[in-house]
Amino acid sequence: MTTKKEPIWIARDLSKCSGCRKCEIACSLFHEKRIWPEASRIRVFMLVPGTDFPHFCAQCENYPCVKACPVKALSISKKTGAVLVKANLCTACGKCIDACPGRIPHMHPTKKHILICDLCHGKPQCVKVCQEGEWNVLKRISRGNRPYELYARTPREITRDLAFKMYGEKAEEFL
Amino acid sequence: MILGYAGRFLEVDLLTEKIKEVKFDDEILEDYIGGRGLAAKILWDRLGRKWEEIDPLEPENVLLFLTGPLTGYFPGGRICVSGKSPQSNGMVGSTVGGEFGVELRCAGYDGIIVTGEAEKPVYLSVKDSDIEIRDASHVWGRDAKQTVKILNNECRELLKKRFSLYGEWKEPSILYVGPAGENKVRTAVVAAKWAHAAGYGGYGAVMGSKKLKAVAVKGTGPLPPVANIKEVKKLIRVVDDDAYENELWRRWGTGSGGYEVGAKTSSEPVRNWQDEWHDERSFGVDQFENRVWIKQFWSDFGCPTCCLKIAMVKTGKFKGAITDNPDYEMQAYLGPNLGIFTPEENVFLSSLIDDLGLCGIQTGNVMGFAAELFQRGILTKKDVDGIELKWGDAEAFAALARKIAFKEGIGDLLAEGVYRVALKIQEQKKVNVLKYAVQSKGIGIGAHGIRSEKDYPEKISYVCSVQGGDHTSTTGLPLDGSGSELGEIFNDSGVYCNFNSFGVPRKVKFDFYKAVTGIELTSEDWYTSKALKILQLQRAMLLLGGPDLKWNPKIHDANPPRFYEPLPSGPYKGKTADKAKVEEEKERYYEAVGWDENGIPQSEILRKLGLRDVDKKLEKLR
Repeated sequence: MTTKKEPIWIARDLSKCSGCRKCEIACSLFHEKRIWPEASRIRVFMLVPGTDFPHFCAQCENYPCVKACPVKALSISKKTGAVLVKANLCTACGKCIDACPGRIPHMHPTKKHILICDLCHGKPQCVKVCQEGEWNVLKRISRGNRPYELYARTPREITRDLAFKMYGEKAEEFL
Repeated sequence: MILGYAGRFLEVDLLTEKIKEVKFDDEILEDYIGGRGLAAKILWDRLGRKWEEIDPLEPENVLLFLTGPLTGYFPGGRICVSGKSPQSNGMVGSTVGGEFGVELRCAGYDGIIVTGEAEKPVYLSVKDSDIEIRDASHVWGRDAKQTVKILNNECRELLKKRFSLYGEWKEPSILYVGPAGENKVRTAVVAAKWAHAAGYGGYGAVMGSKKLKAVAVKGTGPLPPVANIKEVKKLIRVVDDDAYENELWRRWGTGSGGYEVGAKTSSEPVRNWQDEWHDERSFGVDQFENRVWIKQFWSDFGCPTCCLKIAMVKTGKFKGAITDNPDYEMQAYLGPNLGIFTPEENVFLSSLIDDLGLCGIQTGNVMGFAAELFQRGILTKKDVDGIELKWGDAEAFAALARKIAFKEGIGDLLAEGVYRVALKIQEQKKVNVLKYAVQSKGIGIGAHGIRSEKDYPEKISYVCSVQGGDHTSTTGLPLDGSGSELGEIFNDSGVYCNFNSFGVPRKVKFDFYKAVTGIELTSEDWYTSKALKILQLQRAMLLLGGPDLKWNPKIHDANPPRFYEPLPSGPYKGKTADKAKVEEEKERYYEAVGWDENGIPQSEILRKLGLRDVDKKLEKLR
């Protein structure tokens, strides 16, 4: 894993997600020193039972969230390519959420600042636990010149697709 | 305050709509841990004095949703549901998997205590400390999948409105009842995630009696702080590593039992336990895997095992039926126990049972019982509303299940659960049908028989358990062995999934408890004092029973008569339980737990454990 060239990216195969939420546990333990699902930078949604998937920053190549920030609280890590949040500058205005095509950022539940995946300085903890369990939903790869914003989709959009994949025409009854 | 607890419990009275917070002293939490143990304490303190008079389906009953200090930390989150059981008239700690327990603790509560009865259908919405009793008339009567959808969307809309800058809201975790619970069917479950269920005890009926359709929780805080987070991380690792090694369970879940328990150990209910052996390859888990499973690994919070799967019928007349797995119990009780041996029919029935909010074990048991009476001509076609109740006819059993959930015709009778049904039919028909009821203390026996002696339950596993036929709380000797229910009481009180604890040394569980709470718990403490105390409370409530049923240990601490019939076929043909040996083991068990020769807990042990009031109350039974 450490041989991957930086900047990095987390490849994702959403339909493999078991919904174990070990990524949330690992993320919040790393960033908050607690098990704290709502403060995790990666969040597993299950809007329809069975359609569990992790929702987290896709690092779009044009970084619309960074551009939308009125107070320059967001920046791009040169090393990893992650969006970094300067918590002391963030005013929790939510403009980055609206700018994100996937509405991925969310507020810290108790502090007044936004939460965005910071790729754990290049060693993403979520990837580690996901691979330990052999779910392999998440995989650390080198970042290339790809349309990453395609991965930035809203929970509703992703849920819809996964529900159709799983339940076919029955999906409409559950959405 | 002890670490690992949120430190507050929510108490909601549905009649007055009063909501308050309650706390328990550290000594109580230290003694009873949480979940099942704490439920025993709460119920005894609140209802013990007049236990025999409390009708479980009347407003006086107390309904509990309790986590434990290990919920969310020990891999595999669960929540324990309890109250006075409408099945056993004692108290059952009934747990269900999912995220509910974790959400609740993240909302800042260790549990919810529900009293009284609402005037009209309601659901309880918890968002951190914002608690609301909301109208549920629009979901009353809805099946499981629709209930989940409507409440999920509604709760997320509310969150979005109230906290518009938060970003996207995840779903709340919801516990709910289906139509069966609403109709106070004694075999109704408290369910989660379409198909997860707290079945034993019949608490779906209690929720229904309180007109409480659901509880939805969203907690945004962290899990309560622990004594040693480094140690907790290490222990999570130990449990995970063990689970990751268990390829069979991860790949196939308990579904692997669908063939194995029938063919190999010969301990699976077949046609209402008339047999316990089948080697139908058509029912092997391999037949489910690629044919009906659309999601092979489905977890609850933090779970490394993923014994659950999602199955969907893709072809034929049951196309579109969806359920989780089915796991072994559903495979057995809605399969061979009804003479059904195809995955599609099994998934169809499991899915229907989920949607109706019924317990697959209890309902499969009572339907098998009815089918046997039909086979023997005791129940006629007229008795069962014109249904040709033939073994293997999935549609006939589906029709019957619907009747049970809505208490229509024969369903009104069968909704009482196998024991009560047997008593009633016996009275009507003047035939001994109790001998066909495979149950203990009003609770249908889980799908693991004892006759072949090759499965885990033993002679007195169901005879002496304080949770009757519950296959997840079987008991035996030695008390500190893996066959006694004292170990299970720890799992159900710490409130985590026992499946993730089977393979790890017992010490890991107690170390886990210490790492979370900071309190040292020795094996001796647990097995000779704390667990025993919980056991005595449960036993006392079970024996006090009432108002409609009472258990006499001399009669009812017994295996179902069927277990004394020789197995009719298979590798263990002719084998049967030995009554003399069962009696002998029972006596030894009584002695070990301090019960007198009539099965009543003795003064000496009760006083030693500090249960004077229990002792006093039991005087009249001695």
